[in-house]
Amino acid sequence: MAEAPSGNAGNDTDNNAAEAFLQGGSLKHAPGPYFGSYGGRWMPESLIAALDELEDTFNKAKEDPEFRAQIADLNKNYSGRPSLLTEAKRFSQHAGGVRIFLKREDLNHTGSHKINNVLGQALLAKRMGKTRVIAETGAGQHGVASATAAALMGLECVVYMGAEDCRRQALNVARMELLGATVIPVTSGSQTLKDAINDALRDWVANVDNTHYLLGTAAGAHPFPAMVRYFHEVIGEEARAQILEQEGRLPDAVCACIGGGSNAIGIFHGFLDDPSVKIYGFEAGGDGVDTGRHAATITLGKPGVLHGARSYLMQDDDGQTIESHSISAGLDYPGVGPEHSYLSDIGRVSYEPITDSEAMESFRLLCRTEGIIPAIESSHALAGAIKVGQRLAAEAAASGGTAQDKIVIVNLSGRGDKDVATAAEWFDLLDKDSAESEIGKEGEQL
Amino acid sequence: MTTAQTTSKSAAAIDKARAEGRAALIGYLPAGYPSVEDTIAAGIALAENGADLIEIGIPYSDPVMDGQVIQAATTEALANGFTVSQVFDVVQGITSSTDAAVLVMTYWNPVVRMGVDEFSRRLAEAGGAGLITPDLIPDEASEWMEASDKYGLDRVFLVAPSSTPERMQRTVDASRGFVYAVSIMGVTGARTSVSTAAKDVVAAAHAAGADRVCVGLGVSNASQVREIAAYAEGVIVGTALVAAIRDGGVDAVAALTKDLSTGLSRSGLTEEEA
Repeated sequence: MAEAPSGNAGNDTDNNAAEAFLQGGSLKHAPGPYFGSYGGRWMPESLIAALDELEDTFNKAKEDPEFRAQIADLNKNYSGRPSLLTEAKRFSQHAGGVRIFLKREDLNHTGSHKINNVLGQALLAKRMGKTRVIAETGAGQHGVASATAAALMGLECVVYMGAEDCRRQALNVARMELLGATVIPVTSGSQTLKDAINDALRDWVANVDNTHYLLGTAAGAHPFPAMVRYFHEVIGEEARAQILEQEGRLPDAVCACIGGGSNAIGIFHGFLDDPSVKIYGFEAGGDGVDTGRHAATITLGKPGVLHGARSYLMQDDDGQTIESHSISAGLDYPGVGPEHSYLSDIGRVSYEPITDSEAMESFRLLCRTEGIIPAIESSHALAGAIKVGQRLAAEAAASGGTAQDKIVIVNLSGRGDKDVATAAEWFDLLDKDSAESEIGKEGEQL
Repeated sequence: MTTAQTTSKSAAAIDKARAEGRAALIGYLPAGYPSVEDTIAAGIALAENGADLIEIGIPYSDPVMDGQVIQAATTEALANGFTVSQVFDVVQGITSSTDAAVLVMTYWNPVVRMGVDEFSRRLAEAGGAGLITPDLIPDEASEWMEASDKYGLDRVFLVAPSSTPERMQRTVDASRGFVYAVSIMGVTGARTSVSTAAKDVVAAAHAAGADRVCVGLGVSNASQVREIAAYAEGVIVGTALVAAIRDGGVDAVAALTKDLSTGLSRSGLTEEEA
C-alpha cells in the first residue's frame, strides 16, 4: 500500500460515542446493523431475505432459554469450556515483569476459539430448517471447525478454500474430508481467503433455500458481526470472572490478535465498559507496514465496503481490494470486522501492527518459557503483550509502583500444532535432506 | 418510480422501443476487455445492431454476483491495467457515436473510493444515463439517491425472486429508469432455459408500480429474448456477449446482437416471419 497511515481520525459522531462511553454509556451488546458509520448490508438483493431470516432466527434464539441451554451444554460438554486462565510467569519476565495471564482458547475442542461460533451458527441453521452449511477457510481452521459442527449436527458441509491454500494445507483438507465435508478449491481472483468468501457468497445466492452460510469471523453483512460476536462473548465473560476470582481485580490491559477480529471482539466485549482496562488489538504487520506486504487493515486501510460491510479495508486508489500478506493464514485478510473500525475511531481500542518476525519470536518464547505452542495468529497478541507490558512497567516505575502490580490478559486464541512446519522452516530446524524439510518449503503444515 | 419530473435516458430508450411495439435490448460489456478501445467499438456495434441500452461494467477485484465468464474477463481487464476513471472514456466514446443510453454497472466500493458525488458528476459529464448497482440496496443508498438526483442519473436497483413484497415496493420506489429483475437465484452466466421465477418477479415489480422492468441473468439467445419480451419491457444479455467478444471480437458482438434483437418483437415474430 502506498498510502499514508489514516491516523484513525474520529468525526463528531464518534466523539459523541466516546463521550457517551466516558459518561457511563455502554458499548456492550451493540446490536448492529451499524457500529458508528460502519457495518450495514452492502449485499445483493437476492441475499437480503436470507439475512432477514437469519437475523430474526438469531434474535428469537437469543431470548429462548432452550437455545441458551443448548449453547451452554455444548460449550461445557463438547468444547470443554470454560477455558482456563493460566498465568504465564516465565514468559512475563520478558514483558517488563508485569503479570501476564493467558486465556486458553487453544484448549477448546478443535484447538481454537472458532468452535464457539460454529456451534452457535449450526444450531441456528437447524432452527431455520437448513440442511446444508457452507464456509470459507484460509488455512483450514474455520473449515475444520465448521466440518466438526456439521458432523455433530448432521448437516451437509461444503468448504471453499483457495486452491493454493488447499495445496499448502493438504492435511487440513484431509481433516475436513475425514469429518465428512466437501472441500472445493477456489481458483478465481487471487485464490486466497477473500476469494473463498466470494465463491461461498456465489454458492449462497444459488442455494439459499436450503443453505446457511457459516461465516467464520465477525465481519460481513448484518447480522453476522453482532451474531458472531455474541457467540464469542463467552471468552470475555469467562476471562473477566476468572481474573476477578483469581486476583480479585480487573486487568490493566487486554490483548488479542485481529484478522477479521472474532476472537478479539469476543474477549474485548467483556471489558468494553471497564474504563480502567486498556484494550489492544494486534494486526498482522507481515514484512512491515512500510513494505506493502502486510494485513494491517485498520492501521493503514481506508473505509470501504467489502463482503457486505462498511469497514476499514486494504484497497488501492480505485477501490480494488489489495492482497494482504501475513505468515499467519488466519490473519491474512484485507478487511476487518466493522465493530473494530468503530472501536478504533472512538479510541476505545488501540490497534497496532506486529510483524512476522516479532510474532515468530514470541511464538518461540512461549514454547520455551511456558511449554505451550501457540498458534502464529495468537503469537501476534503475545508479541503485542510484551510491548504493552514494557510500557506498563515503565509507567509503574514512573509512578513509584512495581511492574508486578500490573496485569495483562492475552487471548491465546488457538494452539500451534498446525504451525509446526512453518515454524520449523522459519527457525531452520529441519535437516535439509529430511522429507519434512521438503514439505516445509512447500508451506505444508504438519 | 420517480420518472415524471426527470429526463431519464434509460426510460426514454425503453419507451422508444415500446412505441415500436417491442421490448428493449440491453447489452453488457466489461470496460477494458480486452482493451478500452475494443469496449468502445463493441458498444457502438451493440447500438448499431439493435441494442437500445448499453451496460458497461467496471472490472472489480471481488465480483460476487458474477459467474466465471465475466470474472475471467474482468480479471483480465484489471491485469491489463484498467483503471476506474477509464469507464468515463468508454461511456463518452459510445454516447458520442450512438443514440443508445449507456449505463454503468458497478460494485459499490469503486464508487465509494472515488466519492459518490465525484463519480456521479463525471458519469453525467461523459453522457452516462445512470448506474446499475448489484451490491447496493436502497437501504444503504442515501448518498447515491442524493447524487443521482443532483446529476439527473438513473438508479437501477435489483429485485430478485427472494424479494419480499415490502422490499419489492421499497426497491421499485427507489429506482429510476427501470427496475432490474434478477431471473434466478444465482450469479451471471448463460443458462439453457429461463427460470419461471423471472415472470413472477416481473409481475410483482409491475404490481408494485414499476413502469419498466428488465430481466437479466442467464439470457443468452434469441429464443430466450423472445420468451422474456412477451412480459417484460427489456431484456438484458451479458455473459453471451462477453463470450462473443472473447471468441470473435467486435464482429461477433455485432452478429450476436443482431440475432438477439430478432427476439424482441412482442408478437413473438421477427420482421421476416411477420
